[in-house]
Amino acid sequence: MIVQKTVRFLDERLRITGFSKKTLRRVFPDHWSFLLGEIALYLFLILIGTGIFLTFFFSPSAREVIYSGSYTPLRGVHMSQAYESLLDISFEVRSGLVMRQIHHWAALLFLAVLVVHMLRVFFTGAFRKPRELNWIVGLTLLTLGLLAGFSGYSLPDDLLSGTGLRIGYSVALSIPVVGTWLAFLVFGGEFPFGNIISRLYVIHILLIPGAIGLLLGLHLAMVWRQKHTQFPGPMRTEQKIVGTRMWPTYAVKAGALFFLTASTVTLLAGLFQINPVWIYGPFDPARVSAGAQPDWYLGWLEGALRLMPAWEVRAFGFTIPNPFFPGLLIPGLTFNILYAWPWIEAKFTKDTAPHNLLNRPRDVPVRTALGVAGLSFYTVLFVAGGNDVIAGLFNLPLERVTQGLQVMAFALPLVAGIATHRICKELKGRPPKTGDEPGHVIVRTADGSYETAEPEKV
Amino acid sequence: MNEIKGEDQAVRRIALAFGVSTLAGLALALVYILGGNVQAEGVLLALSLGGLGYGLAEWAGKLMSQGAEVGDYEDAPPPGAEEEVAGVVSEGWEASFGRRKFLFRMLGAAAGAMGLALVFPIRSLGPSPGTSLLRTAWRKGSRMVREDGQLVKATDLAVEGVLTVFPEGQTDQADSQTLLIRVDPDQLNSPDGREDWTTEDGLIAYSKICTHAGCPVGLYRVATHDLFCPCHQSTFDVLDGAKPIAGPATRALPQLPIEVDEDGYIVAKDDFSEPVGPAWWDMNR
Repeated sequence: MIVQKTVRFLDERLRITGFSKKTLRRVFPDHWSFLLGEIALYLFLILIGTGIFLTFFFSPSAREVIYSGSYTPLRGVHMSQAYESLLDISFEVRSGLVMRQIHHWAALLFLAVLVVHMLRVFFTGAFRKPRELNWIVGLTLLTLGLLAGFSGYSLPDDLLSGTGLRIGYSVALSIPVVGTWLAFLVFGGEFPFGNIISRLYVIHILLIPGAIGLLLGLHLAMVWRQKHTQFPGPMRTEQKIVGTRMWPTYAVKAGALFFLTASTVTLLAGLFQINPVWIYGPFDPARVSAGAQPDWYLGWLEGALRLMPAWEVRAFGFTIPNPFFPGLLIPGLTFNILYAWPWIEAKFTKDTAPHNLLNRPRDVPVRTALGVAGLSFYTVLFVAGGNDVIAGLFNLPLERVTQGLQVMAFALPLVAGIATHRICKELKGRPPKTGDEPGHVIVRTADGSYETAEPEKV
Repeated sequence: MNEIKGEDQAVRRIALAFGVSTLAGLALALVYILGGNVQAEGVLLALSLGGLGYGLAEWAGKLMSQGAEVGDYEDAPPPGAEEEVAGVVSEGWEASFGRRKFLFRMLGAAAGAMGLALVFPIRSLGPSPGTSLLRTAWRKGSRMVREDGQLVKATDLAVEGVLTVFPEGQTDQADSQTLLIRVDPDQLNSPDGREDWTTEDGLIAYSKICTHAGCPVGLYRVATHDLFCPCHQSTFDVLDGAKPIAGPATRALPQLPIEVDEDGYIVAKDDFSEPVGPAWWDMNR
């Protein structure tokens, strides 16, 4: 009764019945890997929710104060108001620490899920026509996610994040021709930049989430319009989609996934400490801590900076400094190649037909091999971001670890790529396991040995 | 028969999950009232959300209709549809802007000028780099102080001692942070022209800012007499003009020429030998 009345009210004003009927009966293909993007969406919602709570207590100010709160080891220490408010959120505000840790864990997982989601789309060829535009929007969302992460963990104005900002500034400074101006305009002047925290704050809580929100809407709208891809299977064709209806099964499953995602994040946040800034201490431009690692999603850039040999370009009195190559050229090339990938691939395969059915990675050996090669390159860079940790853990000389990783950065992609190509060729054409094909039966023969037989022969 | 039994079991599990969730929610409120505790809050939140999640997943998976529904993908666009749209666009264009080329150019000029004007406020975001990166706060005669402002005497450092220092009254100038180290003067191999940049008893001063990416070169390793940057592991030879010997750094740490004044305080003889910190495009111009 109440549903009818509501529908009538809305229909008389907005004409919703046609659209609603279609929506409720919409069919979504089922596969666990299609849930990755959905999980990322839920993590974004959790980030927004906990983020709003944190803004009520965080103070993005560089003004110097003397700490007098309840965390005794830092009493009497000079620090920025931003860092003090972080301590207050952690120690004075009831439920503040759990909110902060949920926020940080959700951010770490958000980036992880985005990357895995992107890998799924890449390896299954979901980016192919007609979905190239959504691949571009997705990559932009990943870029924004990285910026959101960096701007967010730089806000506390602790020793670790201050070091990260300093490196970011040095990388900006290294850009040919415009580096100094760009660095001064972005950071508001020479290091240690008076008002960078308030600037990052606006970027972190308004500009980036706003942009993510808009592009996320566009991303979902395009999925809605084009409908989700599906793996090949019985009845599934380029024209027919097989799956679960929106109402009620899919909607309830989606709700369940939200709660399970949130449950995982809150469990991590409650039991596993993350970014304990009170241990790092307030930022001091003349201090640095050993074993400083960024959050995991920037580890590949940190590793690239560490693996880069000691050379730079000097010609005609100009310099292209060392950090430019690992800090900007590598990520620049990475993202440009990724953005262009749907067209690069279409050019080589000459495949310009629209696709709704996904590839199994083994069926496209070259793409899969290139993807694995690229992935192993970034994995080596990521590992190199912790070369000091590895050297300490295995008691090896740091220089040897670095040299070994420098070799691996080129060798591993080559080996992994070739191996992947061969494995794909080997597996290609084998039918997928659906679970309902007839199995083989092992039969004992008269002489006591065993042989396999087709089931119908038994 | 089995199906009904399975359903009954599912109903029981779902009810249990929702029950756990309810209790966890109430307990969470209680924890908050009692003063809060991060572990308890995290676990109870996880139980309350997880109970809901598990219950709903089980409900959808066991008690609702599954998969195998069929829908349609979008058809490919009919051929020629683009011509129609393009026709409408060009018709409208010709009827308005195409006929008034002069006005259209004026419109373009106005929009361009406005766009240009809107670029200028970006300039407000930061000061001009000017010569700020070329100079630090060190001047001829600047006395050395510790981070807390206390003056440094030549006798303050034992051999292999190391101290972070600033020019007097400038401890907030991050680009002026300097490492003062005492080494054995016999081991020191000063580059040409820098023989008198150190004191006779082996005090030597280098910029503390790594020439690679600007981290403080925080670690002095006495055994090898090198300075080590923990960020990207650039290593500089203290006895040999702080030249880079490992890691990604390509340039030596700039050296600060120093001497001892008549009161026994350490003073700078000039600013650093080169610009401090990370490099940029036209730093040598």
